[in-house]
Amino acid sequence: MSAPPILTVEHLTMRFGGLVAVSDLSFCARVKEITALIGPNGAGKTTLFNCVTGFYKPTVGRLRLDHPHDNASFLLERLPGFRIARDARVARTFQNVRLFAGMTALENLLVAQHNPLMVASGYTVLALFGSPTYARAQFRAIDKARYWLERVGLADRADDPAGVLPYGAQRRLEIARAMCTDPVLLCLDEPAAGLNNRESAELNAFLRALRDEHGISILLIEHDMGVVMEISDHIVVLDYGVKIADGAAHDVRNNPSVIAAYLGVADEELAQTEAEVGL
Amino acid sequence: MPNDVEPAHPRLGAFAAAKEAALAALVAFGLFALMVGIRTEQGPTGALIFTTRFALLAEIVAAVFVGRFLWALIRRNANISIGRFVPTSAKTAVLGIAPYAAAAFLAFALIVPIIFYGNRYLLDLCILIVTYTMLGFGLNIVVGLAGLLDLGYVAFYAVGAYSYALIAQHFGLSFWICLPLAGILAAFAGMLLGFPVLRLRGDYLAIVTLGFGEIIRLILLNWQDLTGGPNGIPGIPRPSFFGLPFNSSEHGFAATFGLSYSPTHRIVFLYYLILALALITNWVTLRLRRLPIGRAWEALREDEIACRALGVNTTTTKLTAFAMGAMFGGFAGAFFATRQGFISPESFTFAESAFVLAIVVLGGMGSQLGVAVAATAMVGGFELFREFDQYRMLVFGAAMVAIVIYRPRGLVATRTPSVWLREHKDIPAVIVRDARTETPA
Repeated sequence: MSAPPILTVEHLTMRFGGLVAVSDLSFCARVKEITALIGPNGAGKTTLFNCVTGFYKPTVGRLRLDHPHDNASFLLERLPGFRIARDARVARTFQNVRLFAGMTALENLLVAQHNPLMVASGYTVLALFGSPTYARAQFRAIDKARYWLERVGLADRADDPAGVLPYGAQRRLEIARAMCTDPVLLCLDEPAAGLNNRESAELNAFLRALRDEHGISILLIEHDMGVVMEISDHIVVLDYGVKIADGAAHDVRNNPSVIAAYLGVADEELAQTEAEVGL
Repeated sequence: MPNDVEPAHPRLGAFAAAKEAALAALVAFGLFALMVGIRTEQGPTGALIFTTRFALLAEIVAAVFVGRFLWALIRRNANISIGRFVPTSAKTAVLGIAPYAAAAFLAFALIVPIIFYGNRYLLDLCILIVTYTMLGFGLNIVVGLAGLLDLGYVAFYAVGAYSYALIAQHFGLSFWICLPLAGILAAFAGMLLGFPVLRLRGDYLAIVTLGFGEIIRLILLNWQDLTGGPNGIPGIPRPSFFGLPFNSSEHGFAATFGLSYSPTHRIVFLYYLILALALITNWVTLRLRRLPIGRAWEALREDEIACRALGVNTTTTKLTAFAMGAMFGGFAGAFFATRQGFISPESFTFAESAFVLAIVVLGGMGSQLGVAVAATAMVGGFELFREFDQYRMLVFGAAMVAIVIYRPRGLVATRTPSVWLREHKDIPAVIVRDARTETPA
């Protein structure tokens, strides 16, 4: 029995002028599952991410997000970007890490808790005059930040500016920052890019822990097939903006059109061509 | 340069140095040939006479040649950097006193009227310095914290000044009621500017804010019925000491406190008034930096897209930054109006915006102490060199170029984190983004 859907993408099309980046795409990501989105460069994966997180407004189609615990549901294409993160609770990371480089790791995680802290600070007015409510809220926020720093192994670098951390640490910090927004759906854009084998194995374990311990649903773009095949519950394959396969890891791996998209041509076709030229 | 392939500091021969010097001399010749070498003067009959000063030109070119030759030799062969002239002990001493610098500065600011009581000119100068410090603090919120390059800051100064002048004159309200009103009206002007520029950053934002500053000035100049146009508003009510006017009457400040009347009382009062306003601005800014809104401003400066992805409402965050900065500008404007007693659009030209921005940039974006030091140096320095007359601008320009070359991030170039777990380490400016660096795509 499959879990209920958390994100339902229906007939999503995104055009940039004459270019169709995503064409009539429908799939769903399910609660407490890791859904991977794969495909060659330019297949429209990041475009889809930008639609889901509100950076693009889709030309056609619907993106529905259902919260697993309460029955709240959101039509993401209608929400402004910041409300997708604040109300629909979709968090994301970026392909090129986007940390606040001049702020410390701890400050980065506090910015992620901006909205609850804003409320606690009485929209600045109360906190300006030293409200104890805000002091307590900030204390809790720091505790939460410390928890996530420990989870990604950066507790001892909390007071270092994010910009001087090594690349792998920056990637982990970005995930920790996304987690500080209390998301129900976490969208990761190539989290393993630029990581070495050990780091990427740690990342796999971390993502599984997020799913199993914290009940987070994850939508993942990844090129590293090792990561994808190992941790994904469900894989969606895109090529030129069109969905060419959708299913569990082993189904997708053996799907001929996926092989064709990744390797250029299918085996039979290759054999046929070779026969024609007389090899 | 042919030396590129050689090790870091190649020894430079006399010939190469001479070549470098000759090039500099050629540039000097090109620059000064017409400016110094040839001169037109009014002759005895009133006609223009053409005179040449080739000897002077030759002297200048020769001086440039020799200077550059020696400099090239010394720099390349002795491997000199400015830092080496400063002993390490001196450097650590400077770093050691840095935390106390702000306190010392404040203590000095508090006793200024006592030290300079008899010197009206210096007191006026100090009032001017503190006014610019306050303007710098206000602009620092917009430029230093939120990273929004604002070239039209003087518009809010003007809105504050005119609001105060008009409300005080037409409704006869006291300074203490008009002051917040002026601040609120300026904050509204800030939001009015904020709306159309929400999507803009960097150069584009700078151009629009520049235009906004001019629009406000032109409105003041042309709306004759309300603002008096180029004639300005004369006879703005002077501030009173909580109802006691500064005059020689028996209900005046001096008589009430049993002092003999002196016009300096008002000046001292004005000084403490602007100092209090500046300190309030400073306190609010420092406090806001540690609140979510302040962190959101800094995050916005670092990366706007990441802010949106974290659920920060960038629209309201930017608008509050504009409104806050504008409000403090408005307070300073109200003070300016009450001090001068007369305001006209001429006080609110682009040059003022540029001057305040220069204070913020030279002081170090986001640094309160830096802004205070820069305001003192710039306003005070400008007055100090008054006797140099037209060379004043030259010296001033050269000093600014030197600062931008040697301390490109301003005098106080580090960022202090707003919160820390274990230890508090300042962040070097190199990795902190500011309003001048382009946002990543």
